Amino acid sequence: MTGRPLLTAENLVKHYKARDGDGLARAVDGVSLMLRKGETLGIVGESGCGKSTLARLVLRLIEPTSGRVLLDGEDILALKPGALRRRRRDMQIVFQDPFASLDPRMSVGRIIAEPLDIHNVGSPQERQRKVEDLLLMVGLDRSALDRYPHEFSGGQRQRIGIARAIALEPKLLVLDEPVSALDVSIQSQILNLLIDLKSRLDLSYIFISHDLSVVEHVSDRVLVMYLGRIVEEGTATQVLRQPRHPYTEALVSAVPGAKKGPRIVLKGDPPSPEAVPAGCRFHPRCPKVMDICRHTPPPSIAQGGSARAECHLYGPRPG
Amino acid sequence: MTETKPALLSVRGLSIGFATEEGPIRVVEDVSFTVAAGETMGLVGESGCGKSVTAQTIMRLLPSPPSRIEAGSIDFDGQDLAQADEAAMRRIRGDKIAMIFQEPMTSLNPTMTIGEQIGEVLLLHRGLRARDARPKVFEMLTQVGIGRPEKRYAQYPHELSGGLRQRVMIAMALICGPKLLIADEPTTALDVTIQAQILELMQALQRESRIATLLITHDLGVVEEMCDHVVVMYAGRIAEKAPAKELFANPRHPYTAGLLAAAPRNAKRGQTLITIPGTVPPPGKRGQGCSFAERCVRALPRCRQDVPPLTGDGHLAACWNPVP
Repeated sequence: MTGRPLLTAENLVKHYKARDGDGLARAVDGVSLMLRKGETLGIVGESGCGKSTLARLVLRLIEPTSGRVLLDGEDILALKPGALRRRRRDMQIVFQDPFASLDPRMSVGRIIAEPLDIHNVGSPQERQRKVEDLLLMVGLDRSALDRYPHEFSGGQRQRIGIARAIALEPKLLVLDEPVSALDVSIQSQILNLLIDLKSRLDLSYIFISHDLSVVEHVSDRVLVMYLGRIVEEGTATQVLRQPRHPYTEALVSAVPGAKKGPRIVLKGDPPSPEAVPAGCRFHPRCPKVMDICRHTPPPSIAQGGSARAECHLYGPRPG
Repeated sequence: MTETKPALLSVRGLSIGFATEEGPIRVVEDVSFTVAAGETMGLVGESGCGKSVTAQTIMRLLPSPPSRIEAGSIDFDGQDLAQADEAAMRRIRGDKIAMIFQEPMTSLNPTMTIGEQIGEVLLLHRGLRARDARPKVFEMLTQVGIGRPEKRYAQYPHELSGGLRQRVMIAMALICGPKLLIADEPTTALDVTIQAQILELMQALQRESRIATLLITHDLGVVEEMCDHVVVMYAGRIAEKAPAKELFANPRHPYTAGLLAAAPRNAKRGQTLITIPGTVPPPGKRGQGCSFAERCVRALPRCRQDVPPLTGDGHLAACWNPVP
């Protein structure tokens, strides 16, 4: 992958006030990433690791506590509301639950036309034609135009959500668990559609999922998140076939039916982002924990390089 | 079936219907399978295939009306549960047959402490007094891997993580030493590392107690890891039934073969995945012949006319043109 950077995030932080007391919930705690043009960057991790918060931060759907986000070299955090709204054409999101994210009172035709209307794209006739093209592109037909979301199955609703997301011809599509609510036979239809659209429309994806086999299938590079930080990154094959971080190792080995080696069963639950452990934040559950891990955070990984893990096992890095 | 172990649970020709505004519809049709002690039987299929309705009917948890057992028997430990009345079922549920569900938060009582809920089962089925149940609850909590049981006993469900809540469900299910455990998507709501913990716990408990398990899941990976035998359901009927290893090595029904092929883990990275076109037909719109025919790459003219019988020796498939 040699494309130029489309999206760069530098040291993004999102802290919330803790639910009880005066503490902080460190939802995203210093994340840097880079998405190259034409690339699919997979983000994996379990509930509460911060992956969905990260997705919303890079789209500026929520404001970060600190950090920078550059889209095509432009700092989107510095944009004024009007300019940001115009910039939104370039970055869209598809959510997990296509039922919750489609307005039940709007016809499918209006749902897909809405972003075109808001951004005043073309004449009404052109928009109408565009909506029909979009329906065909995602594998539906004209008959869907006047129907309502509830008349469609989960897979079809996800197609509608995708049609709406690509209506403005964005450069970046963030896919947040786009197939997690779907049955296997439907999941593969939607994955094929996404892979096909990416090359047809020259898109770049950030693909968030808890399902490692799905992420491996679609991603060029993969980031693994744990408790608000990226603990490992590399090519999909490196990260998911030869994991280096003990957390990634456990994650990969825990996938049921994947008979690659012995299952590593981690003890306990991931700690709350409101009580991030000192030292390496994975140390209380780490099967390979060393003394240093309990008090010293491991050196952070340089983004954009080869496979690397944020872990003391791999020692301090030169340079 | 090739198994020689005597069946603990034997479901025969079970058909279940629902009364709807548009008249009665069949949601489960002619389902038969057995589960022996110490064995795990997987009941797999996608949303709407009838797997959960089947499981809940075995427990007689579905209100009737609208649900109705239209044919068949559910022999469990010498008794036909299809004919059992509510009083008899109440004695069986939680005692000889226990069930765990996908979302423990909705099946645990939010106003009772963990300990009281687990202990209540003993009060109900064993006539124990609360203070006599207490040490048994501690013991059970320890057995399902919950540390500091005295502290947990007094906690409420919302104070626990999803993984711990599922352990509490398992403790509650197992405290009377049931012969059969029905687990309906027990790990679907859990993260993968927590799922690994729960699956390992279920395997360990089964080794110790020789309990029979009916595991309902949509996840073929979980089936591969946990099950001895598998029943694959599609649109209310059994599509295929086989020993788990055999099913994964040689799926015979095109639906099973399609499901296995469609999983990204069985495909080359980035390549077009094999798909099953279309969607599952809803009950009442399942056509005349095989309900999978409309989506099937191997369909013959006959498939649209006649329902294929479930045939085979040990490895059964309901298909007129099975995968060779």
